[in-house]
Amino acid sequence: MTALAVRSLEKSFGGLRVTAAVNLAVEPGERRLIIGPNGAGKTTLFNLVTGELRPDGGSITLFGRDITRVPSRRRAHLGIARTYQIITLFPRETLLRNVTLSLLGLSPLRWNPLVRLERQATLIGRAREVLARVALDHLADRPVSQTSYGERRRVEVAMALAQEPRVLLLDEPFAGLSIEERRDVLGLVTAIPRAVTIIMIEHDMDVALDFAERITVLHLGAVVVEGTRAEVVAHPRTREIYLGE
Amino acid sequence: MKTFALAIAVVILAVLPLWVGGTYYINVASQILLYAIFALGVNVLVGYAGLVTLGHAGLFGIAAYTAARMLSRDHGHVAAIAGALALTLLAAVIFAALSLRGTGLGFVMITVALGQIVWGIAYRWISITNGDNGISIAGRPSPLGVSLASPAAFYWATLTLFLLAVASMVIFVASPFGTSVRGTRDQPRRMNALGYHVWLTRFLAFLFSAFWSGVAGLLFLYYNQFVSPQMVALTASAEVLLMVISGGTGTLLGPIVGAALVVIMKNVASAYIERWNFVLGAIFVAIVIFMPEGLVPGTARLARWLRTAQRPAAPTPVAAPAPGSERGR
Repeated sequence: MTALAVRSLEKSFGGLRVTAAVNLAVEPGERRLIIGPNGAGKTTLFNLVTGELRPDGGSITLFGRDITRVPSRRRAHLGIARTYQIITLFPRETLLRNVTLSLLGLSPLRWNPLVRLERQATLIGRAREVLARVALDHLADRPVSQTSYGERRRVEVAMALAQEPRVLLLDEPFAGLSIEERRDVLGLVTAIPRAVTIIMIEHDMDVALDFAERITVLHLGAVVVEGTRAEVVAHPRTREIYLGE
Repeated sequence: MKTFALAIAVVILAVLPLWVGGTYYINVASQILLYAIFALGVNVLVGYAGLVTLGHAGLFGIAAYTAARMLSRDHGHVAAIAGALALTLLAAVIFAALSLRGTGLGFVMITVALGQIVWGIAYRWISITNGDNGISIAGRPSPLGVSLASPAAFYWATLTLFLLAVASMVIFVASPFGTSVRGTRDQPRRMNALGYHVWLTRFLAFLFSAFWSGVAGLLFLYYNQFVSPQMVALTASAEVLLMVISGGTGTLLGPIVGAALVVIMKNVASAYIERWNFVLGAIFVAIVIFMPEGLVPGTARLARWLRTAQRPAAPTPVAAPAPGSERGR
């Protein structure tokens, strides 16, 4: 069964067709890369899949279940997690608290007004484990506002990993990182088990190409090329879009 | 240390009628505490949920008017109080359902409109509210056989409710739900993507806030034994908002300090200065200039600054979160 299937998905902002009859089928455990120039509609596609935007037409299915009309918050419970291109953390809270909030989002405990969150040992223990997975456990009690940009990128990934998603959407996880930091994040992403299907948007072809098995090239809202790494790289349309030939 | 200071503060407050000297000051203290309850309630929305309301005097007033009307029809205090809180929560459901359609300025404007509707009803629906003349009630209740007629007895009853309000805030702030509410203030979009129901979280915070506003409204009614449209006017909503902002939004102590500041200015300064509103305005301007985060976080910042200024050589750990800063907790 396909992990994530998108069929003739449509989205327009006014007269601008940002997603134009997009079809996408990602198999369970697959590592898919989505590339395309600025304004190709990559992040919009993510927003449609997570439900932050409503499509004008088409359908989205997650492991055979139609989620086109399912509200965004429910999709998190069904196993979709994402990271943001623009880092979206809770700056005044500690790293541990950020990851705890991510875990809490899927727990009925989030409605409880009577117990102390600090005393929820299982939840906080799990949050520490996730921070250890991204090698940030030593900074657990530091507020996000006192961490580096590279560390924040890793917290972004940790927030998504904490939810143990079935489908993980990574929106430019390497954006703004130094070469060493990129290697760190890539190592982290590569270590994610195959039970998780990963779809990644990335501009940095050098890092991203090694990671992906299949690549989808988006241009002006539509899928232009799709195939294996070698196929896409060799395809004349890819060169045309990327090199402007 | 913190528990010790807290215990001292509670003891000082508990024996206040014995040392403050005179019923006048006991009454001022009761007013401070009842407005502090109101401000704590408003702070749930303004401080923790990040939703600025200018209509909470409407909820404050609905509680007082409902109880006053029921008492004037001989329903008894228990029924009047229960009815008042029930109607306040019902009104809060409607207020929240309408105002939570927007955030930011949209939310503010809808709360202003709703508050003004309540004011209009209080002022014009004379058969129910007695219009400009207001409603007087016959006396205060006697819970557990203790009459609250004397200023000291009423003060202790208000203090009890005040301590309950503070306790409920302490529990709320540290709870997973309180954390969720603050999350919807800081990153509503991310919270939604993490699986939180942002709207429902805000809605429940609104009801919690309305509950304590209603309790404060009841205390206001019993304190004055009278209600009039003035208590539901836009200026009353603005006043409680100023208490929260001047004391420090999103802190536990801030709304209490803000309530004390405004009530003291109103009662004490007005005895000496005819244009006490001018003085209050000047104080607010000074707060905005020198402590834009509010008196409580501002004082904490000043204290930290003084401590480090005294010991310039002392190394300050970079990673340690600012002590005493409750903001964002």
